[in-house]
Amino acid sequence: MTGVSILTVLIVLAPLFAIFAYLVYKGLGSINLAFLTQTPKPVGEPGGGMANAIAGTGVILAIASLLGVPLGIGAGIFLSEYGRNRYGDAVRFVSDVMNGVPSIVIGIVAYGLVVMRQKHFSALAGGVALAIMMIPTIARTTEQMLLLVPQAIREAAFGLGVSRWRTTLSITLRTATSGVITGVMLAFARVAGETAPLLFTAFGNQFWNWRLDQPTAALSLQIYTYALSPFDDWHRQAWAGSLVLIVLIVSAVAAVRIVVRRGTLAGA
Amino acid sequence: MSNQALPRPRFSAPDPEPRVPEQRSPEQGPKAALKIETTAPLLQGRVSEVPDALFGWAMRLCGFAVVALLGLIVYQLVVGSQLSWHAFGWKFFGQSDWNPVEDQYGALPFIFGTLVSSLLALLIAVPLAVGVAVFITEMCPVGLRGVLSFTTELLAAIPSVIYGLWAIFVLVPIMRTFVQPILAKTLGWTGLFTGPAYGYSILTAGIILAIMIIPIISSITREVLTVVPQHQREAVLALGATRWEMIRLGVLRNARAGIVGAIILGLGRALGETMAVTMVIGNRPEIAKSLFAFGYSMASVLANEFSEATGDLYLSALIEIGLALFLVTIVVNALARIMVWSVTRGQPAKSIA
Repeated sequence: MTGVSILTVLIVLAPLFAIFAYLVYKGLGSINLAFLTQTPKPVGEPGGGMANAIAGTGVILAIASLLGVPLGIGAGIFLSEYGRNRYGDAVRFVSDVMNGVPSIVIGIVAYGLVVMRQKHFSALAGGVALAIMMIPTIARTTEQMLLLVPQAIREAAFGLGVSRWRTTLSITLRTATSGVITGVMLAFARVAGETAPLLFTAFGNQFWNWRLDQPTAALSLQIYTYALSPFDDWHRQAWAGSLVLIVLIVSAVAAVRIVVRRGTLAGA
Repeated sequence: MSNQALPRPRFSAPDPEPRVPEQRSPEQGPKAALKIETTAPLLQGRVSEVPDALFGWAMRLCGFAVVALLGLIVYQLVVGSQLSWHAFGWKFFGQSDWNPVEDQYGALPFIFGTLVSSLLALLIAVPLAVGVAVFITEMCPVGLRGVLSFTTELLAAIPSVIYGLWAIFVLVPIMRTFVQPILAKTLGWTGLFTGPAYGYSILTAGIILAIMIIPIISSITREVLTVVPQHQREAVLALGATRWEMIRLGVLRNARAGIVGAIILGLGRALGETMAVTMVIGNRPEIAKSLFAFGYSMASVLANEFSEATGDLYLSALIEIGLALFLVTIVVNALARIMVWSVTRGQPAKSIA
């Protein structure tokens, strides 16, 4: 029996190692300076890079975080500090269920909300789609982190005459900061590689674009397009793009964790 | 952990009179000044109730926004699909004709593709995922637990487009040259494994989906197994059971509902998965008996055709597919949550690592 169990573990771990090994092997061989600094070349011409897509992913994620993080944390505070009742249970259930809504469906909603009104694809629409995906995750993790803060700390603050909102922000939330940030980064990492909701919101772009109301390239979109193309050079770039995407996600998460651990937020 | 009983800090200013401006008139001189000084700290407590209420309502608004978002999603999908609903009604889900040129739309091939690929994925993923969870909670040396659960969860962090990329360049060739010929030779008589081996197929989609949902099923199963009380295991062992019998009777049977919940949650993820499936399923709207044939899933047709849909009816038909996908995943997820909650009793299970 133990043998069978170990076998299942090996079968499960095999694709993981295969994917990582292949990604690093193919990606490292394909990344060069041009890839990181140039925009895509026209179809059929070798060379070029994904610089605009890397920047585009950054812009879209920034919009998503600006919209999603405050709302998500607010909902989390509601759940833990004001929502130990029927209403809280309803919000809890809805956020759990929303976590399971397929990302492509979120894309349709953002299309209807933003693209239809603006009449064209935009970075803003992509950001809205990703923000909708971030909110429920952030709300639930924030709630769990705030619940870990001992009740006595809140009561001590009240005892000193601190008002409730001040207690929540400066005492409770502050005590749970590192946990809350971890939750935010989890949500961030989840949406950073999302492709489906960007297909008909951000849409992709072959050129540089810094305007929020114009179609914008994203790393994941570019990987998708290049993977399905018939050109070897684009396949190579798709691997390079995947490696860059993974490295960006991991380093963003790691950077925030380091800042939280030592830095201005230390002891929080 | 109930905050409800929490006493609201209330500072009562027993004598509100000093706030009345007439009293500060210069005629009253030093006496009035003294009065204001002594009451000042009391007044502070009183004033802070306004921001308190504001903050409380702002947070409630944030919580409500989550519910409103779900409402917005439903509204957008329902309104967007009206046109197609009026044109086809229930027939939309029973017709297999998908023809944008003649404005004929039937979602059956996509429903078929989604169901078959997801069920295939479950068939492959469930034994493996439960096996891994059992190994981690029951057999694994403590030092290895953290590493293993971290690694399986790392699988969940890889973006699905990268799974798709890997599938195109690694899994599809493997399927084409090894797996499909072997299956055709050994199990071809069933009729499920016949036809040319392109590599791209419903079967390939099922396998990549299985790889993607294993981490979800196994991490939730692990949580559920962890909350099975230790004395259950000890009781079964004391009756002379072997370790395997202990796991089967003492652990798995007790955690049944939770494991089923985990499986359904995995199913929900598989149903809505878009990119990896789109990249390997072949994208042809047809219903074939063979698993080697091309297929098309509900999420894939949205990914491929939504931004190119020209006619209003075409767009509306696609949104209706989105609505159907949304409703199915909502029901599946709600069911799964309730089953997991029934085992863990709403308590977040203690992490074993």
